[in-house]
Amino acid sequence: MSTVTTDPHAHGDHHDEHHHSPPAGLKRWLYTTNHKDIGTLYLLFALTMFFIGGAMAMVIRAELFQPGLQLVQADFFNQMTTVHGLIMVFGAVMPAFTGLANWLIPMMIGAPDMALPRMNNWSFWILPFAFSILLASLFMEGGGPGFGWTFYAPLSTKYSGDSTALFVFSVHIMGISSIMGAINVIVTIFNLRAPGMTWMKMPLFVWTWLITAFLLIAVMPVLAGTVTMVLTDKYFGTSFFDAAGGGDPVLFQHIFWFFGHPEVYIMILPAFGIVSSIVPTFARKPLFGYASMVYATSSIALLSFLVWAHHMFTTGMPVFAELFFMYCTMLIAVPTGVKVFNWVATMWRGAMTFEVPMMFALAFIVLFTIGGLSGLMLAITPADFQYHDTYFVVAHFHYVLVTGAIFSIIAAAYYWLPKWTGHMYDETLGQWHFWCSLISVNMLFFPMHFVGLAGMPRRIPDYALQFADFNAFISIGGFAFGLSQLIFVWVLVKCIRGGEKATAQVWEGAEGLEWELPSPPPYHSFTTPPHVK
Amino acid sequence: MAKTSRYRCTLLSLLFVETATAAELPLNMTKGVTDISLQVYDLHMTIFYICCAIGLVVFGAMFWAIIHHRKAKGVQPAQFHESTKVEILWTAIPVVILVIMAIPATKTLIAMEDTSDSDVTILVTGSQWKWHYKYLDYPVEYYSLLATPQKQIQNKIAKGENYLLEVDRPLVIPTGKKVRFLMTSDDVIHSWWVPAFAVKKDANPGYINESWANVNEPGIYRGQCAELCGKDHGFMPVVVIAKEPAEFDSWIRQEAETQAKAKAAEQELLSMNMTMAEAMALGEKTYLGYCAACHQPGGQGLPGAFPALKGSKMATTATELAAHIDIVLNGKSGTAMQAFGKQLTLQEIAAVITYERNAWDNNTGDLVQAAAIHAAKTGNKE
Repeated sequence: MSTVTTDPHAHGDHHDEHHHSPPAGLKRWLYTTNHKDIGTLYLLFALTMFFIGGAMAMVIRAELFQPGLQLVQADFFNQMTTVHGLIMVFGAVMPAFTGLANWLIPMMIGAPDMALPRMNNWSFWILPFAFSILLASLFMEGGGPGFGWTFYAPLSTKYSGDSTALFVFSVHIMGISSIMGAINVIVTIFNLRAPGMTWMKMPLFVWTWLITAFLLIAVMPVLAGTVTMVLTDKYFGTSFFDAAGGGDPVLFQHIFWFFGHPEVYIMILPAFGIVSSIVPTFARKPLFGYASMVYATSSIALLSFLVWAHHMFTTGMPVFAELFFMYCTMLIAVPTGVKVFNWVATMWRGAMTFEVPMMFALAFIVLFTIGGLSGLMLAITPADFQYHDTYFVVAHFHYVLVTGAIFSIIAAAYYWLPKWTGHMYDETLGQWHFWCSLISVNMLFFPMHFVGLAGMPRRIPDYALQFADFNAFISIGGFAFGLSQLIFVWVLVKCIRGGEKATAQVWEGAEGLEWELPSPPPYHSFTTPPHVK
Repeated sequence: MAKTSRYRCTLLSLLFVETATAAELPLNMTKGVTDISLQVYDLHMTIFYICCAIGLVVFGAMFWAIIHHRKAKGVQPAQFHESTKVEILWTAIPVVILVIMAIPATKTLIAMEDTSDSDVTILVTGSQWKWHYKYLDYPVEYYSLLATPQKQIQNKIAKGENYLLEVDRPLVIPTGKKVRFLMTSDDVIHSWWVPAFAVKKDANPGYINESWANVNEPGIYRGQCAELCGKDHGFMPVVVIAKEPAEFDSWIRQEAETQAKAKAAEQELLSMNMTMAEAMALGEKTYLGYCAACHQPGGQGLPGAFPALKGSKMATTATELAAHIDIVLNGKSGTAMQAFGKQLTLQEIAAVITYERNAWDNNTGDLVQAAAIHAAKTGNKE
C-alpha cells in the first residue's frame, strides 16, 4: 500500500530523542510515556483481567454443572455474573483494544509516539485502581454488586447493598480512562500522520479505531451520568428511577442502553480493523472494497445510536417505537454483511496460507457471522419476546464478544507478536491453542442457543431438570476453553523470552508502515516521518 | 415443558441427537397453545431458515476459497480489489431479504399489542420473589409461591419432576377467551413469562404493562421470571392452568366463596387466642415460607444485605414490640422489607411475630394475638 523514503536531513531536528533509552525497573513502567510500554501494560493488564473474569465464569459454570445449589449460594452467584460481565467488558476487551491502539497506531501512521504521552500514562495507571475497587467490593459485608452488569434500577438503587458506591466510583474511573484513551487516539490520528498518509490511505485498523474513539467520547459520559443518577437515587434522595418520586425505572434502561449499544460496537469495530489487516496478508491479495469497508464501519457507528431500545422490547413500549427499533436494528445487518462479503471476496482467488493469526481470523469471520445472524433473529420483535433474557441471548452475545472480539484480539497478538518481540512465536503450540479454543468454545456456547429456545432464563443459579444434560455439556466446554487459554500464556512467555529471529516484514504478504520498521521496532517508532506515496 | 418436546424441530435435533434423547429437552422454541404463539414460532422458523441459507452461501464461498485458493496448491494470487457492481448487488440483496422478513414480523407484532376487547382481566404483581394474581372481574386474589422444597434445592432429597417449575397456587384462566394481563411490581422489575403463550412482559414498579393470551387447549403451562430481580430470581416460577370456560366458572365461583368465608372467619378469630405452641407452629411455617429467604431459616440474616433477627434489638426488647408489628405489617421503605399486611392473615402475622420473638434463643416469652395485629392495622388507617 505504501512505500517509504526516509529524509536523512531530518535527523538533525530530533537531537538525542532517539538516543535516550528507558529507565530500568519498576520506574520505567510507572513513569513511562512511551506508546509501546503503555501498549504492553494495557495488554498485560487485559490478559490478567481476562483470567480473573474467566475464573468467575468457571465458578458460574461449576455451579450450573448440575441442578441444585451446591458450590455457591444464589446471591454470590449473582455477584459472579455481574462482576464477570464488568471485568470482561471494561477490564479485558476494552483495555486490550486500547493496548493494540497504543502499540500499532503510531507505527501504522508513521508517528514517533502517541500525541498526548503523559495523559496516556495516566489513562492506563488509573485502571488498576478502578478494578481493585471493584474486586475489593466482593469482600465487603454483604458482598459485591449482584444486580447484573446492566445494573437495572431499582435493583441497583433501593434494593442494593453498599458495594454500589464502590461500583459507581470504579465505573467512573474506567470511564475517565476510556475517554482519555479515545482523545489520545483521535488527536494522534488527526495530527501525526506521515506526509502522504491521506484519510483514504489509512490502514483499516486506524480507521476503525478512529470511529471507535468518537463512539467512546459520545457514550462514556452517558454511562457516567447513569451511574451518578444511581448513586444519587441510592444515597441522596433523588428519584430519577423511582415512580414514587415522579421517576421511571424504564428511564434507566433507556439511558443505559443509549450507552450500551454503541458500547457493543466499541468492542467490535477494532476487531473488524484487525481482521481486515490479517486476511489480505495471508491471502496475499489486497483487501477487497477498502472504501466500502470505511463507509460500512461509519454506517454501523451511526446506526448504533438508533437501536438501543432493541434491548428493551419487553419493557412495554408503544408499538410504533417497537417497529422503529426493529427496522433500524435489521438495517445494521446490511453494512455488517458488506464487511463479511468483502473479507470472503478478499480470500477469493488469493493464495492463502494458514498460520495461527489467519486461523483465528477465519474462525472470527465464521463465528462472528453466526453471532450476527442470531442478532438478526433477536431483532424480530415478536420472536424477541420469546428469546429475550434467555440463554439464546447469552449464546448470541458470547459469539459476538468471545469468538468475535476476543478471537480478534488473540489473532492480533499472534500477528504482531513477532513485530513486538523480534521473535517468532511457536507455530505448533499456537495451532494447539487455536484448535483447543475453537472446539471448546463451540461446546461452550453453541448448545446455549438450544437451552435458551427451550426456555431457560439467563442469570439463574439453578434450573429445571430438562436442562441438566446440556448444562453439564456446556460446563465441560467452559472448563476446556478456560484451560486452553493457558496454552496462550505459554506461547506468549516463550515468544517474549526468545525464539527464531523475526524479519522486519515478518509475513510474506504483510504491507504497511509497521512492517518497514525492524522487529522489534526502536523505542521511538518514526523519529523522522516517512513519506507515504 | 415435557409437552413441547414433540414439537422439536427435526433440523436442530439432527445436530444433537444423542444428548437430546437422554433428557426431555425440547431443542426448539415451543409452538405454544395460542394462535399468536404459533405465529411467533413460524416467524422464528422462517428467520432461522433464512439465516441458515445466508450462512450456507457465505461459508460455502469461504470454504471453497480455503480449499482451492491456497498457496500450497501453487496458485498465483489475483490482484482485483474492488467491483462497484458486486458491491451494490450485495448491499441490495440483503435489503430485499430484510423487507421480506419485516412484513410478517410487523403484522404479528401489531396483533400481539392489541389488548382491546378482552373477556377476563388479571392484575399480575411481581414482588421479591413471588407472584400475586388478582382477578379484576371477580373478588378473587392470591399469592403464588415456589412449591419446590428447600431440601430438593439443597440436594438433600431427590428432585421432583417439575423441580423449580411448581407453585402452591397456580393462576387459573379460561380457554377460548381473551385474557388480558396487567403487569406491575411491588419492588424491583420482574418479567412474567409463559413460553406457551408467547407472553413475556416486564412488571415495572409504579407502572402498568399490558399483554394478552387466548389459549386454545386446556392444560398446565409453566414459565419463570425472566428479569434479574435479586437473590431468588431463579426461584419464582409461573404456573398457569387453562380450564374449559364452564370449569373455570365453577372454579372461580368456589374460590370467591372460599375467600369470602376466610375473611369472615378472620373477624371471628379476633376474639380467639392461640396457645404458645399453636402460635409457634404456625409462626414457623409462615416464617419459612415468607421470611427465611432473606432473614435465613436460623434468623441470622445475611450481613450487609438482610439484618439478623436472632438477638436483634427489635425482636428481643419489650418496648420494640409495636415497632416489630409495624415493620411486618407495613414494611420499611427504601429497603427490601415488604409490607406483609396484605399478604398474610392477621393470625399468621401474629404467629410469625411470636415465632421471631421466641425462636433462636430470643426467648422473650411474648405471645402476640391476632387482635393486637388488627388493632395496629386499623389504628394505622386512622
